[in-house]
Amino acid sequence: MSSLFKNNILLLILLVLGILLSLSLGSVSIPLKVIIKSLLGFSSENSTWEYIIINYRLPKAITALLIGSGLAISGLLMQTLFRNPLAGPYVLGLSSGASLGVALLIMGGSLFYGILGEFIFSKWAIILAASGGSLLVMLAVLSTAQKIKDTMALLIIGLMVASLTSAVVSVLAYFSSSEYLQQYIFWSFGSLGNLSWLEVGILFIGWLVGLGFAVFSLKNLNALLLGENYAKSMGVALKRNRILIIVATSILAGSATAFAGPIAFVGLAVPHLVRQLIPTNNHRILLPSIVLGGAILMLLCDVIAQLPGSESTLPINAVTSIFGAPIVIWLLLRKRKLNF
Amino acid sequence: MSVESNYENILLSAISLSIGYKDKRNEICIVKSIDFKISTGELVAVIGTNGSGKSTLLKSLSGQIPMLAGEVKIKNQSLEQLSNKNLGAYLSLVLTNEVVSKQLSVKELVALGRHPYTNWLGHLSQEDVVKVNQALSQVDLIPKKDKLCNALSDGQFQKVLIARALAQDTPLILMDEPTTHLDMFHKAQILQLLKSVVKTSQKSILFASHEINLSLQLCDKIILIDRSKIHFGSPQELIDKGAFEHLFPNDLIYFDVKSQTFKMKLNDS
Repeated sequence: MSSLFKNNILLLILLVLGILLSLSLGSVSIPLKVIIKSLLGFSSENSTWEYIIINYRLPKAITALLIGSGLAISGLLMQTLFRNPLAGPYVLGLSSGASLGVALLIMGGSLFYGILGEFIFSKWAIILAASGGSLLVMLAVLSTAQKIKDTMALLIIGLMVASLTSAVVSVLAYFSSSEYLQQYIFWSFGSLGNLSWLEVGILFIGWLVGLGFAVFSLKNLNALLLGENYAKSMGVALKRNRILIIVATSILAGSATAFAGPIAFVGLAVPHLVRQLIPTNNHRILLPSIVLGGAILMLLCDVIAQLPGSESTLPINAVTSIFGAPIVIWLLLRKRKLNF
Repeated sequence: MSVESNYENILLSAISLSIGYKDKRNEICIVKSIDFKISTGELVAVIGTNGSGKSTLLKSLSGQIPMLAGEVKIKNQSLEQLSNKNLGAYLSLVLTNEVVSKQLSVKELVALGRHPYTNWLGHLSQEDVVKVNQALSQVDLIPKKDKLCNALSDGQFQKVLIARALAQDTPLILMDEPTTHLDMFHKAQILQLLKSVVKTSQKSILFASHEINLSLQLCDKIILIDRSKIHFGSPQELIDKGAFEHLFPNDLIYFDVKSQTFKMKLNDS
């Protein structure tokens, strides 16, 4: 227990700092004292600041926290399931499924603009379309996962499904007007803001369920580190376990994509970042640190994306890679070997 | 010794077993009518040329692939009736060609052997910790227990895998070529370790090996697979039967009965 504490104390401090930073910085800079006061429920002298914190920045910080950690856990699950350091939350085609759903809604739905009206551009419609697309891909992958013996074949199937769906998106895009195309592109940049408390609540429920599945499969994930034959010889029901892991990933990455768009980098990178800092593959040690690491990275990226002091924001999907990739490269160069 | 107690002692038995591979359309039988009985506390080598079916036999015995015909019994229970979960308490494996993550400490990897006994989170109980430490001391790895497996030599890592199987605490351990990639000294060291394990801990070990010479000196029983046929018995029984004489083409390697080893035929002599 003490080592668990020791490993994570620094991350925990960073997380708190990250939350405070993301609450304080933005187009309007709010002093820390006011933030702490309004978080503790004291009313402050400036009600605009309080309104911004409670209704805009706090939900956004929580969204970043949930999405960063959720994607990082999915990345870990996929990397272990496929025994592949290149695997991430989207290897099974979840994000392309979501993209297809949204593309169909925005670009296909524009044909029925008269009937559906403004609904197709509402947030809920996009969330539903993205979840629907992810769900469909997940069901397709699950049904093959039941038949297939070789886990690696599943990885290839996931990649094929992904390229199939993105091809359909390309065709749709080709026939769309620039206005709708732009709508779609904006969605694909990803965004952490604009979530109401209700939506944050739904995201939280998905996160909690996915995390529950992940914790439930911790023991078997460790057994999988020895390879499937060893795992089976120790009583792991391989197929059931595989399905459990896929469902956990789908819920975590699927809900993240539905609410914030396809954010690529975090899920792949955070498990590697954490493994470089804590050289182990023991999932019972890794998981808490990866939850914290994902949340921290996402929060920091969000702060950067806000361009403190300016009115404009950068697309979060680009920021995660622009600032995250050099860190991963730097860590790998410093240690000179991949801890996997 | 009564017949009864002898019957109790039998740990693993194969009764007219056929092994091979099958899919929907056809069935490829590799070895037919395999019969043997292995008692508790025996070290048994499975010997045969490349492709003779050693690994297939081990896979069939461990339930990794279905058997084609016949029956295997562990502690008088039919292998096919044991669920995957229960099987983990009867037999453990040491595999050589499996890609195992070495990003774990020695202790952590050995502790994975306790998987069938731990709770849903994999928390180690007091008993589990004791068993893990026992396994580590049996293979002399206590001083290295906190090292990452990455930092170990091949021979040491092989010992870790053996310790993992010991920690699983099963009456039977199956090993697929536990001495490949090792030099002669470490081969002998590992085999010596296996011998001491069966002597001290009432376990039986069945291992596939190409180390015929060492196995003949060390093992209690030999399962020899020679051109789809099985010869089973103690090393001396098999030598007396002349079972080894035609294992390899005689123009290159021959079995020297006097020294009980295989030797190379030298052309100039």
